[in-house]
Amino acid sequence: MSLVNIEINGQPYQVDSGLTVLEAARKCGYEIPSLCAFNHGKCSLASCRVCLVEVVGARGLVASCVYPVNEGMKIITNSPKALEARRASVELILSNHEKNCLQCDKNGHCELLHVAELVGARDGKYVGQMTEKCYDEIAPGLIRNTAKCILCGRCIERCKEAHGISILGFENRGFKTIVAPVKNRSFANSPCLQCGQCVNVCPTGALMEHSEIAKVDAAFKAGKKVIVQTAPAVRAAIAEEFGEKIGTCGTGKMVAALRRLGFFRVFDVNFGADLTIMEEAHELLERIKNKVGPLPQLTSCSPGWVNYLEYFYPELIPNLSTCKSPHMMQGAITKTYFAKSHNLAKEDIFVVSIMPCTAKKYERARKEMPDDVDAVLTTRELAKMIKRAGIKWNKLPEEEFDQDLLGEYSGAGVIFGVTGGVMEAALRTAYYWLTGEEYQKIEFHEVRGQEGIKEATIDVKGTPVSVAVCSGMVNAKKLLDEVKAGTSKYAFIEVMCCPGGCINGGGQPYVHPTLLPNEDDDILETYREKRAKVLYSEDERQVIRQSHNNPDIKKLYKDFLGEPGSELAEELLHTSYNANREKYPD
Amino acid sequence: MAKLQPGAVKQITEICNRYKNEPTPTMMILEDIQNEFGYIPLEVQELVSELTGIPVSEIYGVVTFYSFFSMTPKGKYVIGVCLGTACYVKGSQLVLDKFSEILGIKPGETTADGLFTLDVLRCIGACAIAPAVSINGKVYPQLKVDNVKNVIEEYVAKEA
Repeated sequence: MSLVNIEINGQPYQVDSGLTVLEAARKCGYEIPSLCAFNHGKCSLASCRVCLVEVVGARGLVASCVYPVNEGMKIITNSPKALEARRASVELILSNHEKNCLQCDKNGHCELLHVAELVGARDGKYVGQMTEKCYDEIAPGLIRNTAKCILCGRCIERCKEAHGISILGFENRGFKTIVAPVKNRSFANSPCLQCGQCVNVCPTGALMEHSEIAKVDAAFKAGKKVIVQTAPAVRAAIAEEFGEKIGTCGTGKMVAALRRLGFFRVFDVNFGADLTIMEEAHELLERIKNKVGPLPQLTSCSPGWVNYLEYFYPELIPNLSTCKSPHMMQGAITKTYFAKSHNLAKEDIFVVSIMPCTAKKYERARKEMPDDVDAVLTTRELAKMIKRAGIKWNKLPEEEFDQDLLGEYSGAGVIFGVTGGVMEAALRTAYYWLTGEEYQKIEFHEVRGQEGIKEATIDVKGTPVSVAVCSGMVNAKKLLDEVKAGTSKYAFIEVMCCPGGCINGGGQPYVHPTLLPNEDDDILETYREKRAKVLYSEDERQVIRQSHNNPDIKKLYKDFLGEPGSELAEELLHTSYNANREKYPD
Repeated sequence: MAKLQPGAVKQITEICNRYKNEPTPTMMILEDIQNEFGYIPLEVQELVSELTGIPVSEIYGVVTFYSFFSMTPKGKYVIGVCLGTACYVKGSQLVLDKFSEILGIKPGETTADGLFTLDVLRCIGACAIAPAVSINGKVYPQLKVDNVKNVIEEYVAKEA
């Protein structure tokens, strides 16, 4: 890319020619406030009008998020005219915004609040009509509040870009415009995956997870044995909530914090992940050897993805593994095996899953798997609980998960949280079962990385096995269309709903660059890889790297389940799906 | 979607196929459907989405943005009263009110017998003959409030 010479606030700079004024300014060390621009113009409709700057010779002020730089351009980001215009833009947005910031769950992460402070917005400058409030809290995973929406369009773009299904869109015109699923329906009554990618980009409190903190509080209050289990991806990001750099491993401190919150046991869903591998690899081998079901087998860990399949490809449900997701499996085992050996009644146990995911809240409430898990909190909600309890993150010691029947986990379980991880974990075990010996290199680097679709052919002692990995439903669609047409060459396909896998889930800490002054300019391009690295490093540190070598898993099968695919395993660890989900029920 | 008649599905498929090679066919498809059926309910939008790959939310956004499109059936005669600046200055609000009073419906609504829909238009480019009213494309120039009754009766008589 060629370079151009520009001037910002009187200082000369050289920048890439393809940049917008906003991006160029950021690279040169000037932050221009903006509420709609996101990730290099990908979500930019120039709708918020907050990023206005002066460009010498241009007619009027320009929206820097869409205005490209060119040779000799002179930009003034802080002229009185630009400052006043930016302030007026924000004040106009605020004039139609539900300003109950004190009670808003987004407080502390709200870009609008941040920008309002930056531009010095004055109270009550413009007063008038307000958009009618529509508050959707029917869906278990997400809530939507039109009174807080600033119509930036980021969520619309993210849904389209990641999944190609565009659940959200602009509706009506002028002052009546809202962002909503078709006909202003609830997320629950439209084919929404409840993945929460829209939540991750929302600059205000218009889109958020459906909080279940109150439910957990009530369980404590009722004197239940509250058992917590944390998903692999949570450790890769939770430290961000306490001001640490993205890519910091938070495992030890998170465990310490959970213990101080009073949980009866602190378990790792990695155990459930190991269990899932045992069942899923067994199922795969059954499909290959005994033809009990169609190939390719599709993974079933990601509830957003399961939603997608049920809504858009119900005819492929026979390909979907019947395995419950790891935390649901672990919940079922906790309430049977663990409860029995501790002489606890099922009703006295309350299982809380900490997940990087909003769709897990929906999954928990599925009628196909009642009572396995009682509440699901996102990474962000856990951080809130830790802060509420006054626990100082940086003073916490590093502690280990409880070692009590469900304690041990393998490196294979850890990498479940990143795209390609489930595949790699399954391959490690399937390879052993097929050949009778461990895969010498342990790691399958072919399925690592942040690409949307990855494929590999594994040489299993002379027999080639083709597998594919994808994340983001736009990518899944390509593979599913092949399966539907009968041209798919794969035996096993791993699908994760969110682009990059659970590390980028809809319940993870927000990555809003304006609120992260200590991160690099390109953090939106690199944060997924940084979080993935946390998990791969933890895998490397584990002594046990394969699920089938986890001693607690072996014990569970020996003492309780029998063997993978046994009748009891089927009952507790497997589920069924709904092939008749109506996209727009009346 | 099950609610659509096979004939309608066929017709809509045909309309969508007409614009197969268009890079942005949404408006053209919707215009044809609106003209053919008089309205574009959600089931039809879902079908168009399935046939073209355009997300339903985008189609719905277009349908609710333009007042030309309707999600409920329109009457046999669509009365459009222009409220553009010139017509408004020449008293078209009073003309609209008169239509509303005689027909007993508000703008945007359709009479119970399905004969008339009353719509508001924003300048049809006929400022020289303001206030202008258009009924199924036929333009009535300089319509006086006192003449509204006659115009309506003209159409009622046609039906009798």
